[in-house]
Amino acid sequence: MSCFETFTGYALRSIGIGERLLPKTDFTLCDQFVLIGSGMIWNVYFAVVALSLGFFFAVALALGRSSDNPIARIPSRVFIFVIRGSPLFIQFFLIYEFFVMIPKMGWDINLGFIEITVETRWLTKAWLGALITLFLNTAGYTANIFYGALQSIPKGDIEAAYAIGMSKRQVFWRISFPTMLRLAWPSYTNEAIFLFHATALVFFSSFPAWRQEGDALYYASYFADKTFNPFVPYPIIALYFISFTLLIILGFGWVDKRLNRHIAPNK
Amino acid sequence: MFEYCTDPKLIEGFQWWSCYLTTGKHMSFYFSFVVVLGLLALTVPFILLFGFTGALARRATFAPIRWFGTIYTSMVRGVPDIIFFLFVPIAMDQGIEIIRHKIKCSDWSEPIRQGNDFVVCAAAKMPLSSSPQWVHETYGFMLATIAFAIVFGAFAANTIHGALGAVPKEQLETGAAFGMSPKQIFRRIHLPQMWVYALPGLSNLWMILIKASPLLFLLGVEDIVYWARELGGSKTARFTYPHGDWRLGYFMFLLVFYLFLTWISEKFFDRIMHRLSRGQNTAAGMS
Repeated sequence: MSCFETFTGYALRSIGIGERLLPKTDFTLCDQFVLIGSGMIWNVYFAVVALSLGFFFAVALALGRSSDNPIARIPSRVFIFVIRGSPLFIQFFLIYEFFVMIPKMGWDINLGFIEITVETRWLTKAWLGALITLFLNTAGYTANIFYGALQSIPKGDIEAAYAIGMSKRQVFWRISFPTMLRLAWPSYTNEAIFLFHATALVFFSSFPAWRQEGDALYYASYFADKTFNPFVPYPIIALYFISFTLLIILGFGWVDKRLNRHIAPNK
Repeated sequence: MFEYCTDPKLIEGFQWWSCYLTTGKHMSFYFSFVVVLGLLALTVPFILLFGFTGALARRATFAPIRWFGTIYTSMVRGVPDIIFFLFVPIAMDQGIEIIRHKIKCSDWSEPIRQGNDFVVCAAAKMPLSSSPQWVHETYGFMLATIAFAIVFGAFAANTIHGALGAVPKEQLETGAAFGMSPKQIFRRIHLPQMWVYALPGLSNLWMILIKASPLLFLLGVEDIVYWARELGGSKTARFTYPHGDWRLGYFMFLLVFYLFLTWISEKFFDRIMHRLSRGQNTAAGMS
């Protein structure tokens, strides 16, 4: 099979398009590159969706944690503490076991209420269940970063805004929120990279790879197991991760420049 | 464990629980917590060693060493740690076996990689297939430790490199003005002053290390995750202690264990930081 055929056959294998059977023998370099790259689709999907949804939840949590109202503050604090204090790997297991139990419980509680059991079945699939775990995880970490940034907004800025008669809402949207983003952005870039790397854990968690449609590490370890040669698939997946990490750094760096464009460069 | 445990089918309530939680397998489960803590304690010296070596390599005047240091410290930023954990043990295992094969079985003419197989002579196996089970387990544990040390050593090198750069230049210049040699400046001023800048990064690293420890499970070590899955899975009536799927409960317990561990560590580092900041020219030291 030529490399082009391999590409058309396996480039979208991880999402179920193309050849059904994975190559079994005589793995070429091309096979490994294409299949592992195909698995990267999942990693990118998890990272992009979890980060973009997690961002909003994180802002809400950060505001909750810095609020004076204990009903908002205490749950946010507990959530951030639990997420930051426990390993992602354990969170995956826990949430998976939890989602597996839901249909049973749903059946027990609402007998004959078919809707719920049908809906919750998707939660035990990686594309949704693992995504929810990653979403909660990144929200917890990001909320802590944003909370720290909210605390370090210069007081004078906020006082000045009130002094010229801005409403609370205006102060938040025009002063606090942009300053928070600006201060938090370097750390948030790190968190984005960490989360992207954490997506490599997904198919090693409990969430099963369905019909051999796995993420990049799933295919890399598939090749490493079959060929008993770790020196080819793992460097390939490393290469993929490095390139995507560079993309993240570039993208976030561009946003950082935009956030700071009104600030005179200090060097 | 207790005398009344001989027939668990007859007892219930507190007695059943006291028997259930003290079975041999549960003892292995409790012991695996010690294994995890042991791995953490064991890797720390190696991490610091790798970290120092990496940081000093990055500051080296000889360019190839500096490049090596830079590559080593930046690789963890681009590649997920889990990939190193999977790659390093198996790569080291094969590397050691290839070298032993070359030395011990030099008359062996067949290639080591035959198609999809990895073949070395029996004498080159590491550990020897005749060695007892505990040797295999210790060997696996050792490889896992090294994998952890390499990855987190790179993180530590980043932190230490940054901390070495953060020490105010004036302090080093003062040392030079007193007529200290570069070695003396490094040992007496640079290194002791560095810690206060390195500590936040290192404590953060310790937190990451704690949270990476369940990955031992993927390396085949019988750690807490392994036992939690094993014990929590539903047991039919054939077992001595039949129960349903209790994995959620067991994982809850692991979660609490980790929360406690990170919480204690945080308190501990706060105290050290407070001590180290005393008299330092930083915001925390001024108060």
